[in-house]
This record gives sequence, C-alpha cells and structure tokens, in this order.
Amino acid sequence: MKHTPIYGMMAEFDSAQRLVDAAHHTHQAGYQKIDAYSPFPIEGLAEAIGFTKNRVPLVVLIGGLIGGLTGYLMQYWIATVSYPVNVGGKPYHSWPSFIVVTFEMTILFAGLSAVFGMLALNGLPMPYHPVFNVPRFSSATKDRFFLIVFSSDPKYDAEQTRRFLESQGGRFVSEVPS
Amino acid sequence: MSDEQLSDRAPVIEPGYTFGTVTDKISSIVLTRPTSNGWLVGFGIAFLLTMMMLYAIGYLFIKGVGIWGITIPIGWGFAIVNFVWWIGIGHAGTLISAILLLLRQSWRNSINRFAEAMTLFAVSCAGVFPLIHVGRPWLAYWLFPYPNTMNYWPQFRSPLVWDVFAVSTYATISLVFWFIGLVPDLATLRDRSDNRWAKIIYGMLALGWRGSARHWHRYETAYLLLAGLATPLVLSVHTVVSFDFAVGIVPGWHTTIFPPYFVAGAIYSGFAMVLMLAIPIRKFYGLEDFITERHLQNSAKVMLATGLIVAYGYIIEAFMGWYSGNRYDAFTLWNRLHGPYAFFYYMLLACNIVIPQLLWIRKLRTSPVALFLISGVILVGMWLERFIIVVVSLQRDFLNSSWGMYYPTRWDWMTYIGTIGMFLAAMFLFVRILPMISIFEMRTLLPEAEVKE
Repeated sequence: MKHTPIYGMMAEFDSAQRLVDAAHHTHQAGYQKIDAYSPFPIEGLAEAIGFTKNRVPLVVLIGGLIGGLTGYLMQYWIATVSYPVNVGGKPYHSWPSFIVVTFEMTILFAGLSAVFGMLALNGLPMPYHPVFNVPRFSSATKDRFFLIVFSSDPKYDAEQTRRFLESQGGRFVSEVPS
Repeated sequence: MSDEQLSDRAPVIEPGYTFGTVTDKISSIVLTRPTSNGWLVGFGIAFLLTMMMLYAIGYLFIKGVGIWGITIPIGWGFAIVNFVWWIGIGHAGTLISAILLLLRQSWRNSINRFAEAMTLFAVSCAGVFPLIHVGRPWLAYWLFPYPNTMNYWPQFRSPLVWDVFAVSTYATISLVFWFIGLVPDLATLRDRSDNRWAKIIYGMLALGWRGSARHWHRYETAYLLLAGLATPLVLSVHTVVSFDFAVGIVPGWHTTIFPPYFVAGAIYSGFAMVLMLAIPIRKFYGLEDFITERHLQNSAKVMLATGLIVAYGYIIEAFMGWYSGNRYDAFTLWNRLHGPYAFFYYMLLACNIVIPQLLWIRKLRTSPVALFLISGVILVGMWLERFIIVVVSLQRDFLNSSWGMYYPTRWDWMTYIGTIGMFLAAMFLFVRILPMISIFEMRTLLPEAEVKE
C-alpha cells in the first residue's frame, strides 16, 4: 500500500439495507478497494464489496487433518515403539482404543485453527487502524453503517469519490487521515 | 397444539427495540449500572465459599486423601461424583451455543453467552476434582504425554487417559468459542465506555475489531465451523466420561446404555442450571424483554425430553439387571432398591423422573418460580444419580467379605459446596464485567436487520 496521508473516503449510512445497496453500487461503479463496516454480520455484504475468497474452511481442514494424524501417530509410536506394554494380551497396535484420542485431537487442532486462522486472515489483533480516526466511527459497533473507498483504489479521486458516495445516500462523507 | 401456537406467539425479543436501545440496555449493565448491594452480598458469600474450598484443598494437600470418606472398596467418592456432576452441567452451554446454532434456533441468541460462561465455569469446577483426587496432585501433569527422563508414556488403552484428552479439549474449545463470540461485543464496550482504563482493557481484549465486512464474513465461517466441531465434541465428552465406568467390569457400571444416557443426563442437568441462573438474572437485571417466556418454555421442554431419555436409561438398567440372568447384576439392582442407600435411589427416582413430569403442565412451564424450583430438584436428582452410580455400585461388589460403606466427611462437603461457591463467584464477576447477552447476535434478531438483495 502506498503511503499517503489520506487513507480513504468514508460515508455513513443509517440502515443495513442502504449500506448493502450503496456497497453494491460502489463496487459496480468500478471501485475495487472498498470496505464496509457494520455492527453485526450482514448476509450478502461481503459479496457486495467483491469479497469472495474465504480461506477459513481450508485452514480448518488442514488443522483437523494435522490434529488427527498427530493424535493417531503419537499413540501408535508410543504404544508400539517407545513404550510397548502388554495390557491384557491386547496387540500393541490396538487401534480401536486409539480412536477417542485421535478424535479429540482432530477437534482440538481444527477448532484452534478456526479461531487463530480467522484472526490471522483478518489481520487481528490490530490495536490501531486509520478508520478509528473518524470520530463518528465509534457507532459502527452500535447502530451505524459505514462504507469506505480506500485512497489506494485506482479510481480514487477526492472530489469525485466524495460526490459519488453522497449520491448513494452516504452522510457525513469525510476523508480518513492515515 | 394450542401450546405450540402460544410458544410461537411469545416473542424471542419484545417489540420496540432498535439497534441502539438493545446495545445500550445490555452494555449499560456493565458500564454504567452501579454495583448494587445485592451483588456485593452475593459475591461476598460466593467468595467466602471459594475460600472454604481452598482451605479444604490446602488441608488435603497437607494430609492426603485420607481426610476424605473414601476407603476400599469405595475408592471413588465425592470427587468423582462431583466431577461428573459439574462436567454434565457444562454440557448445556455448548448445546445451546453450538447445536442450536446449527439447527437455526435463533431464540438461543439471548441465552448463549451466559450459558457458555456457565459451561466454562462448570468445567473449571469439574477440573478441580480429578486433579486433587489423584493423591499426589503435584504430579498431575503425568497425565499428559510428554517426553520425560523416566522413559514413560501414558497408557492409551485406558478410558481415564481418553478422559484427560476429552475434558481438556472441551475446556479449550469452550474457552475459545466463548472468547471469539465476545470479541465484537468487547469492541462495543470499548466504544461505549467513558472510563479510560475500561477503554484500554476492553480495547485490548477486542483485538482491534472494527466490524469490517471481510472480517464478519470470515468470522461467521469460523464461528459456524467451531459450532460444527463443538457439536460432536460435546456429545463425545460425556460419552468418554461414561466410558470411565462402562469399560470397567463392575456390576452397575459395565453397560452399553451408559454413553447415551450420560449425555442426556448431562443436558438435563445443564438446562436445569441454565434456568436456575437465567431466572434470577432476568429478574434482577430487568432482562425480561430479552429472556422471555419463550426461552423458559423451550428450556423446560428440553428438560422434559432429556429427562424422559434418562428415565428410559433407568428402566433399561433395571431391566437388564433382571434379564441378563447375571447374579451380580441382579444383586446390584436389589441393592439399589433395598440396600443401605435405598433411600437415595428413591429420592433419585422422585427428583429425576416423577417431579419433572410437572413440566407437562403449561402453567408451570411458564411460571419462573415453579421452573426455578423444579430445576433445583433436577440438579439434586442428577447429583444423586452420580452418587448411586459411583458409590452404590462399588459398595457391594463380588465378594461380601469386601463390602463396605461410604460416609463423606466434612472435608468432602466443604470441597463440594466450595466449588459451588467458586462457580457462583465466577458468574457474579462475569455478569458485572462482561455483556451477559450477546449484543451483536441480538441485533441480528431485530426486524431492521433484514436486508433484501
């Protein structure tokens, strides 16, 4: 991202419906680097700003596979190679007894991958972010909806973008200092 | 039928709320509401009980498990009874937050947060018992597989080792599930708070959440996947706990009905605890608009259903005791009905099977007082169930020369009541410093949250 003192142009909306419509139109108008902020998840908003590549499920799948393999192979190695003990005449590789721990390890690794994978893909934790410079943005966690066009967007132009956002019903349109 | 219509009419959230008022109502409990005397007294009592527990555990560490009532043949006394009881109570939280999410039961949105917190605290209380029961608690980490100079590893064919993995996975996943659910609400508190320190602390915990559409999208995927993972997990935990018993060849333990009947019993007692917490909380914090009659009714119905599964488990146990033709199994049944602890078995039948049938009556299902009392009875009943399973089965096994009796000592009682205090103290702190209802999920329930493509 190029270093500009201005991070983007932000507009405020007072309903989820208006935000989704505006995000849709902004994306259709050719703006690619945009983002929307809402106090709760809105179905279809991510698609409206052109975000489709969600890699969380892949991360979880990989985490789960690693967890399951770790669990099973650990038990196999311990029970047959490192510490073979004859328990009630059972074979060293008594796989039915290993299922429970394998299952639990799968869940553990997959669950932690879901949480930490989601946070990492989202770039969180991030205590400072330019959007927090907008005073009205504190309502984004209450009842207001925001749309931003980043200044790194090739179509970004302070005057035209401002007018475009206002034409979409955006209020309090302002530049976001970086 | 008319009952169904009534529950459909009773709303999940009373009309007239907006995004702003829902947010203010829930966050103000934490941010602006002054700490009431009732809270201080309640927390004080719970805190004193926690101290009593620490005292009992401290004395245990000095003297050893001989201060408890456990003897041979009853080597598993209160510690295991309480462990199973607490871990069972925890199950309702995950059921509400994960299984009901997958089933699209949106009424869960107003009770999932504190039910999850309840799970976390109940699992913490449960975790105390195996650790202090091992005899040499400073070596409790030997339960985990780690490379060591003794060249020793755990024995993975033992259900007790499975239990270590099941419970620790359950505690970890419950914790992250709960925390991830909190993040957007912590951001709300960060932005609503006037206090500088509160802003910093909530802000750090909120991880810089800003509600970006990309973030929400990944967040929802991760949350849904976690729910999908937690669903088999919660069913597996009490299954594995029941394996601790069912794999052992003790009459009264060695039965295949145990896994489903333990899971049903866990959810049964868990919902009873949810109601015992929800009813006073909605009263004292004026949250009747968010935790409505519908929630109480639905929880009562879940209790009724799981209670009947538990009753089926009792019937099958008794039937198999007779039908198996095994004299030891038959004697276990006889001993429950006529032995020295028979009184507790009849109490168990009354608490878990007979009294909860009152929930068929709609008037009682919608009455908070009646539900509170019935839930208390169920919690007692479920504790007695574990007592019967653990103590009465061990008390008279194969050789009558080795029969014995179990009498809990005051240290047993102090530890048990102390964990209830610890649980309540944690709940008191939780309702004071964190939003007890998920604010962002409540927003999605409002009509204005609906968006047409």
